[in-house]
This record gives sequence, structure tokens and C-alpha cells, in this order.
Amino acid sequence: MKDFLLLFRADYVEYAKRSPEELQSMTKKWMDWIGGIAAQNKLADRGNRLETGGRVIRSGNMITDGPFCEIKESLGGYIVIKTASIDEATEIALGCPVYQIGGSVEVREISLM
Amino acid sequence: MDQQELIPHLFRTEYSKIIAVLCSHFGINYIEVAEDIVSDTFLTAAELWGIKGIPENPAAWLYTVAKNKTRNYLKRHQLFEKKIVTDFKNQPMDTDPDIDLSTTAIADSQLAMIFTVCHPSVSEEAQIALALSLLCGFGVQEIADAFLTNKETVYKRLKRAKEKLREENIAIAPPSVRMVAERMETVLTTLYLLFNEGYYSVSGDHPLKKDCCMEAMRLCLLLLGNPLTDTPATNALMALMCFHASRFEARTNSKGEIILYEDQDTRLWNKDLVEKGIFYLNCAANGSQLSKFHLEAGIAYWHTHPEDNKEKWEAILQLYNKLLMLEYTPVAALNRTYALAKANSIEEAIAEAEKLQLTDNHFYFVLLGTLYEHLDPIKAKTLLQTAKEIARSESDRQLIQKKIAELGEKH
Repeated sequence: MKDFLLLFRADYVEYAKRSPEELQSMTKKWMDWIGGIAAQNKLADRGNRLETGGRVIRSGNMITDGPFCEIKESLGGYIVIKTASIDEATEIALGCPVYQIGGSVEVREISLM
Repeated sequence: MDQQELIPHLFRTEYSKIIAVLCSHFGINYIEVAEDIVSDTFLTAAELWGIKGIPENPAAWLYTVAKNKTRNYLKRHQLFEKKIVTDFKNQPMDTDPDIDLSTTAIADSQLAMIFTVCHPSVSEEAQIALALSLLCGFGVQEIADAFLTNKETVYKRLKRAKEKLREENIAIAPPSVRMVAERMETVLTTLYLLFNEGYYSVSGDHPLKKDCCMEAMRLCLLLLGNPLTDTPATNALMALMCFHASRFEARTNSKGEIILYEDQDTRLWNKDLVEKGIFYLNCAANGSQLSKFHLEAGIAYWHTHPEDNKEKWEAILQLYNKLLMLEYTPVAALNRTYALAKANSIEEAIAEAEKLQLTDNHFYFVLLGTLYEHLDPIKAKTLLQTAKEIARSESDRQLIQKKIAELGEKH
């Protein structure tokens, strides 16, 4: 079994403008999806959700607000799953509700080194 | 209660109390001495009460006799001067020790014993056996019955566990802040397993099963009686036990066979226990810690609602989602999938169930069979037959056979 990091990206600023009912229904979809991964005993770390906004620090003490000045999609959260292969991890990522808000999932194997 | 019933009854209620007090007094190295003295006390009772009749206050009689036997033992073996005093140098010399069998002293000693039995150096299996033996007064044969094993195995398991406690030189002491921090989780898990042993055990119907649950609840109450161990998680565990116990009368028929949740007569559910459960669940809501006991108590709370609606199953589903994120168990995975069928749809639940691949677990096939019941009765029957083939106990096989028969009637 290998650990894979699943990174969720979407336009969360736009997403937050949705109705409370829509937001609640999305929360349920996320909970059901992650619960389903956990039920297969493939959830290695439930990860975290990230607040929108933040700071990016570059060399030369260059500090800017948010990672998203140029692009609309920002990192919204992550989980770690354990699967036999990247194909299996991808299969799981296909069920993610993030696509319903136009987002994307990046699947990366966690290096043991 | 006549003598025939009285002695086994007292054995169940008093044996562990006297053991706890004597062990606290002697220390961990002398568990067997304490056990011998208490067993001998009961033997004397059995002999004397038959001739002279039952004393006015049988429990007090047992305490007095146990105290005298302890005193005699100490004098005879001069154990006190030679060994115990050197072990406990700070304690005053006393050849006539005062063995305190007051209610408070018993509660304190038993609480100390819970923490001793639940020392992390002892394996989980052995902890439960030790708890049943030292804290609940179960005999070796009874423990063997509960574990579906033989007396020799239990005897060896207990012996090894006691040796381990001696090796590690675990003090029998009232729980300190540090002990609570280190061992509370194990303590609660042991009580939880003790309760489950009685509630879900595969070894069919046995009057002991209920005793097992009652003892777990009694010990949990002991924990709630001490401010250090009266934690939100302890309250949550107590709530969980109350909710489950509320269905005791409804879950078996007159022949002792298990009646499944959806087939139970809800009038037999004990409302007092449900209310007690709600009380403890509210107490558990203090603080920010969310333990698996909180989630399981929440699930059990929703199960005390007889209605079969979406709201209930949605709440149960989300609690199972959280529980699985905290800790995976096959049982939680299967139950979560059942809740998914009720809250979302059968089709979605089937797709999720097929991903679980718990193919060595007969409940997995029971779940699949149940989900396919209406969509594909023939497939459902095949699945249930597989479940029956791999089921490990007779009572489970009977339950599955009943389901197969019902399926045949409906379709």
C-alpha cells in the first residue's frame, strides 16, 4: 500500500456565494465521499479544509496576499489515502464531489524518503 | 432467595468487592492470596449456612469472615512482617491490619483495580478476562463460556496476565492525574469490550451475557463517581451502554433467539434507560473532545427512535462517516453502508458495499443480500446462502436461515 495525497482545487470564493441549502448538500456529499473511502479502510489521514485567503512569501521578503492573484482556482483542502497503485487512487478521486463546482483533484504519491 | 440461589448471587456481587479491597491492601504480588482467602470464605459460608442457616446479614458475615481469614493468614505466614512491610516501608507496622470493607473503601479499591487490570502491558484479551475474573467475580468456566474457549485456556491467560502485572510491579493505587491521562482510553475500551462481549458475543444465548453488560455498566458508574475519571468520554460510554441496554427485553424471544432490530416490539424498549442515556449524553457534551464513544452513543441514541425516516438515517450515516474517519472497523463499515441505503439509495449503497470486499465476513454477505432483496431476489438468496456457509456460530446460521425463508415467502 502506498500513500497518496489528494489536493482539491476550486474557485472557493465563487463557491461560498451559493445558498445555504446548496452548501449543506455539498457538505453531505463530501462527508459521504470521505466516509466511503474510510469504510474501505483506505483513508490514511482525513486531512484538513483550508480557509480561503492566505499569504505567499517569496525570496527577497516578497509577501503577497493569497496564492490566487492570477488564477481563480485555489487549494481548498487535502486528504491522504492508502491504495495499492496510483490507478486505484485515481479511481477513488473520480468520485470526488469537487467536480460539481468546477474544481479539480491532483493525485500525488507521497515519497517515503 | 434460598441458599441455593443466595450463594451464587453473593458470589457475583461480593466476591469482586472483597478481592479488590484485599488486593489494594496486599499489593499486586498477592492477587492469588486474596483469591484464595475469598474463595475459602465462600466455601466456609456454603458449609456453615447449610448447617446453621443463613445469617441475618449475609454480606456483612462474609466481610467479617474474610477479615478473620486474612488476619489468620497474615499471622500464620508472618507475611506481613517479612514481605509486605518491606514492600511498603512507609506504612506503619501493624500485625492486626484493619481491612476496611466500607462502601467507600470498596468503591475506591475497585476503581484502583480497574486501572491495574487495564495496564497497557496486559493484552486486550487478557484485560477482559482479568476484568471478568477480578472485577466482576466470574468463574473460569464462565469466562471460558463467554469467550467460546476452554477452562485451561482462560486459566493460562489469567495466569500470564497476573504474572505480567507482577513483573511490571504495577501498584494498585487510586487513579492519579497521570494514570488517568495514560490509561483512561484503555480503561474505557476494556469496559466497552466487556459490554460488547455480553451484547454482541457470538456464543449464543447465555444468562451471563446480560450480567456481562450489567457489570460493565456498574464499573462505568464507578468511574463516573470519581471527579478524575468522570470525563466526557466516560459519560458518552455510559450513554452508549444505556441506549443499547434499553433493548435488552426486546432483542431475544422466549426461546432465547435473537430478534433483529427492525423486527423488535418497540413497546419492550426500556424508556427509563433511554432517558438515562440522554442524561449521560448531555453530560458528555462538556468539553471539546469528541471520542468514538460520543459518536457511537449518538448512533445508539438515534436507534432508540422507533421511526424509520430519512432524518434518522441521515443522522446515523453522518455519525458513521465521522466514526470511520476516526477509526476503521469492519462492523462500522457495514453498518454505515446500511445507513447509506436508508438515507440515500439502495443503488448507491450496493455500489459502495461492493467496494468493501469483506469477503471473509458473513455479515458482509448478509448486508449485500439485504440490499439486493427487492432488486434481485435470486441474487439475494445466493448471497445469503454464502453468508450461512461462512457464518461461525449456530445462532448466526439460524438468523440467516430465517432471512432466506422470509425471502422465499415474499418472492
